[in-house]
Amino acid sequence: MSSYTLEVNGEPRTVDVAPDTPLLWVLRDSLDLVGTKFGCGIGQCGACTVLLGGAPVRGCQTPVSAAAGLKITTVEGLSPDGSHPVQRAWAEIDVPQCGYCQAGQMMSASALLASNSNPSDQDIDDAMAGNLCRCGTYLRIRAAIHKAAEFAAVGKGART
Amino acid sequence: MSAPYEASMDRRSFLRLSALGGGGLVLGFYLGSSGTATGASGVVGAASAPDGDFAPNAYLRIAPDGTVTILSARPEIGQGIKTSLPMVVAEELEVDWKAVQVVSAPIDGSLYGWQGAGGSTSTPNSYMDMRRAGAVARTMLVAAAAQKWNVQPSDCHASGGAVLRRGGGETLTYGELAAAAGALPVPDPKSVPLKDPADFKILGTRVGGVDNPKLLTGKPLFGIDQKVPGMFIAVYEKCPVFGGTVDDANLDHVKTLRGVHDAFVLDGSDNLNGLMPGVAILADSTWSAFTARKQLEVDWNEGPHANDSWRKFTARAKEISTRPGEAVLRSDGDAVAGLAGAAKVVEAAYVHPFISHTNLEPQNCTAFVRDGIAELWAPTQNATSGQEQVATLLGLPIEKVIIHNTRVGGGFGRRLSVDYMLEAAAISRKAGVPVKLVWSREDDMRHDHYRPGGLHFLKGGVDAKGKVCAWHNHFVTFGNQAGKAGSGGGLGGDEFPARFLDNFLGEQTVIECGIPMGPWRAPGSNTFAWVIQGFLDELAVAAGRDPVEFRMDLLGTRDLVPGRGSKSQPYNAARMRGVLRDVADKSGWGKTLPRGRGQGVAFHFSHQGYIAMVAEVTVTQAGELTVDRVVTSVDVGSQIVNLSGAENQIQGSIVDGLGTARYQELNIKMGRTVQGNFDEYPMIRMPDSPKAVEIHYVKTDYPPTGLGEPCLPPLAPAVCNAIFAATGKRIREMPFSRTNLSWS
Repeated sequence: MSSYTLEVNGEPRTVDVAPDTPLLWVLRDSLDLVGTKFGCGIGQCGACTVLLGGAPVRGCQTPVSAAAGLKITTVEGLSPDGSHPVQRAWAEIDVPQCGYCQAGQMMSASALLASNSNPSDQDIDDAMAGNLCRCGTYLRIRAAIHKAAEFAAVGKGART
Repeated sequence: MSAPYEASMDRRSFLRLSALGGGGLVLGFYLGSSGTATGASGVVGAASAPDGDFAPNAYLRIAPDGTVTILSARPEIGQGIKTSLPMVVAEELEVDWKAVQVVSAPIDGSLYGWQGAGGSTSTPNSYMDMRRAGAVARTMLVAAAAQKWNVQPSDCHASGGAVLRRGGGETLTYGELAAAAGALPVPDPKSVPLKDPADFKILGTRVGGVDNPKLLTGKPLFGIDQKVPGMFIAVYEKCPVFGGTVDDANLDHVKTLRGVHDAFVLDGSDNLNGLMPGVAILADSTWSAFTARKQLEVDWNEGPHANDSWRKFTARAKEISTRPGEAVLRSDGDAVAGLAGAAKVVEAAYVHPFISHTNLEPQNCTAFVRDGIAELWAPTQNATSGQEQVATLLGLPIEKVIIHNTRVGGGFGRRLSVDYMLEAAAISRKAGVPVKLVWSREDDMRHDHYRPGGLHFLKGGVDAKGKVCAWHNHFVTFGNQAGKAGSGGGLGGDEFPARFLDNFLGEQTVIECGIPMGPWRAPGSNTFAWVIQGFLDELAVAAGRDPVEFRMDLLGTRDLVPGRGSKSQPYNAARMRGVLRDVADKSGWGKTLPRGRGQGVAFHFSHQGYIAMVAEVTVTQAGELTVDRVVTSVDVGSQIVNLSGAENQIQGSIVDGLGTARYQELNIKMGRTVQGNFDEYPMIRMPDSPKAVEIHYVKTDYPPTGLGEPCLPPLAPAVCNAIFAATGKRIREMPFSRTNLSWS
């Protein structure tokens, strides 16, 4: 067991876990941040997607030792009240069916929008191909990402 | 509550499965008239209405401060029922949807009857009950207001959570009326007036899921998110060969590993859908449990099925197909003579493999068994069956088994089985501590209750006029008992085009195997529709006729075609002609397309829904498939409850149907499932989804029915037939990825 101090959603959190423990299980078991989901354990489904230093990574494939010192953002860190443009868009389009994959989808989407404020359908397909939705909400996810881009643009406009 | 039709085959399948663990199922709905609804034995207090609340039945309560709470009694598995059925209550109650809070009801058969989600039955079985539940409350609130004003109820009307006096300005809110209404006798739910659907304000609108705010901020909603004080994480290793038992395991070593609390063998049972034998490891964290498991070594008694393989099954099926089937499902006229006299005969074998449900939330359950009580937090779509089977397993009275039905990360029929609940309960009992059992993805894929594979050996004939003159199918399927098809693996004798042909012969032979089977979204229909509508397309081609016109002709001129025997349902050919006509119209059927592009049509009746679909595809010369557009016409009766939810289900069914048809297959070798995770079992991803889906509702004067399943079956044949139109390649094998689609 080793002690790690992580910066999770802007707050320092210290955990005492084995160095090979995946970030996914540190978040879920040690920090009670269960929005990040377990789906496959081999980086194939994307349900555990979180942002590490702003880049989307698979929490199940990221050992805690590799996450120390970098900013970690989980779905809980998008906003606690659902006000992030991606969360607002997901609600407006009513994307979820079972909803289990959607935290991972939103994290991949927020990373896409951070680097591409107005993605095309092709950009979206490319960026989201690593996230499975067993219920098949892909058409709505695509629509919601366009909607989130609109919300973000309006938000920026309002601020300037 | 009477369903408009008899129970469907699919529903029976899961009811049979539900009953495997013993214990009668409580069917039907109760509109309890108790104002003090309590849970089983009073242990569960969630539904108890606080003093002063108006709670005329178990589905709603109104607090003196005006808070309206509607209880959702069905598992939410992504089908949207936790939103849609409360919408129905709210509509009749006459409250603003935004003023409603929806909470999950406790699991209590005495209040709610069967609490499960399966067979797309929730809407048809509950729609009228939910309307009456809301209407009873509205009627009583109006009566309470009339009493206060000393006028007739007909002088008052309800709107927006208040009762208004006609002609005057007086208004009393529901909160102000709660105490007075609670003192009134509860009328017979069937006696109260219901709203005219023309006045609906909530039903037929787009309403977002009630759990969305929590879902989108990552709150603990799912089974796997549960945490109980003092809880250990459990993993459970079962024999990779179905039905195998534990001979020996290195438990002493495992118990020394980091974080491990305990490890032991459970003997289990021989019920393939129940508690199977295995080795449990309990640890202080999920990672400790997963890590320790890598060092677990088990010697298995692999049992009688250790040599089962899909290759041998298919070889045997081909041999079986040369002989008469062991059961005649239906015989009309003389199919053999019809084929002999046909102008053209088509012969084909259609094959579909075993597949997994792959719920994205792996099976899991939290359980705490102590002091004569079992408490479970379960992502189940069959809470009632889980409660009964856990009670039987533990020898507890049913009211001592408390089920918290969490949100479910995907159902698709898998969670009608409750094996993971039995495992969690048995592990907690033996260890004496609360446990959260978490399956790995590999557990989930290798210990599913699979959609059965099957092989259809078809012969069909068309006469000189291009009409189908004979149809013969020998279906070879799988079961765990001789002569008895597994769940979702039995073909009904009345299945289309039976009842529409003079010469029809349906036969079935069951190959006995040890593979656990269970209902998979639109059981039976999910493969039969492809076989039937694909082969019909072959006959249309043989007849040289347009596929839509050919099908319309086959549907004939009768409206309601009766079923035969106790298990059948009538087939409303008029409704099917209606959706077929509509989809041909809306899709622009028959337009000229270049080589490599094509349209395909299919229709299917299941789960009381009449669905027709047209797919448009592009296949490159290299054989790369794109589904450009899917147009569907849907007849599920007179009322779409939630436009957003309905559209989501239909889009999802289309994507799921495409993913299943294109990619999914499990191989069985040495009695076990070969594939274990998504690297070996491809799932449909966003880039492969249809580029556009267009949905058209054909509203008919029939009771509203469900949308969780019936739109999945027609997708595969519509795409398959479109691929033929584009390329001339006929796909007779699932998954479609097995067929080389390149053309020149």
